[in-house]
Amino acid sequence: MRFKELFQRNEETSASAAKERLKIILSHERTLRGQPEFLPRLQQDILDVVKRYVAVSNDQVRVQMQESDRLSILEINVTFPEKHLSS
Amino acid sequence: MMIDFDVGLRNLDLVMGCERRVVYDLVNVIQGEASLHQALIRDKRADDLFMLPASQTRDKDALTLEGVEQVIDALSLDFDYILCDSPAGIERGAQLAMYFADEAVLVTNPEVSSVRDTDRIIGLLQAKTRAAQNGGKIHEHLLLTRYNSQRVAEGEMLSLDDVQEILAVPLIGLIPESEAVLKASNKGIPVIHEEGTDAAIAYQDAVSRLLGETLPLRFAEPQKSGFFSRVFGGRK
Repeated sequence: MRFKELFQRNEETSASAAKERLKIILSHERTLRGQPEFLPRLQQDILDVVKRYVAVSNDQVRVQMQESDRLSILEINVTFPEKHLSS
Repeated sequence: MMIDFDVGLRNLDLVMGCERRVVYDLVNVIQGEASLHQALIRDKRADDLFMLPASQTRDKDALTLEGVEQVIDALSLDFDYILCDSPAGIERGAQLAMYFADEAVLVTNPEVSSVRDTDRIIGLLQAKTRAAQNGGKIHEHLLLTRYNSQRVAEGEMLSLDDVQEILAVPLIGLIPESEAVLKASNKGIPVIHEEGTDAAIAYQDAVSRLLGETLPLRFAEPQKSGFFSRVFGGRK
């Protein structure tokens, strides 16, 4: 066992891979928590409209909603491709 | 008092060894087809323990929020603790099991899928429960099961520290992976009654902590086994 560990030391263990993967996916999923259920559909609709005019990919449109006691902010971010800006 | 909320996939009766004594179930009570008294099953081993089984045949939509509330209100007159056994998943059964809760025990394996699901459930506990909707908070407890400290030491399993760092929920118990668990469920005897086994000791610790005791953590480190047990593989 000791002998095997000597070779494994530099390699990432499967447990640390699991931890890293979980941290990344959960930090993403936690940002979606508490958002209204219609938000994914709204994002898709906005994406469809933007796509009629500009060639953007799915990850270039972000829709987020922030709610506090007195106001709600719907934030829509569209990252335009560089090609479009130069034309 | 235990309520099985896994409508359609009832199993708490089988694990508790009272499957042949089920006559009425939770849905019968909610629909007014049986009284609460008729549906309760007294445990063979613990006199003060009763169980309300889930329905096997009905659709899970047969459960209503009002119906569940009535059942829990009625039971809370007679019982100190009501344990709502939630089905896996985040559907109606799970949401009803958690809705009226004061405390939540999050049973998790040190596996990526289980940890991720627990994180989802934490999100629901903080949003879709009566306590949360009234501006309060459910006390969350982590129960980490099937823990193999040897594999953790070898880097093959998420450690207790890893899981706690990710989920940030206080620990109520650490249950070592144990052959006693399968043997106990085979026989329909809760493993806590298999006295002397690691799993029974660990579950007893978890129960004591839930009742407010402070106990040192066991089974987190691999046991240093002697030469003979290593050679002959003495396993509990």
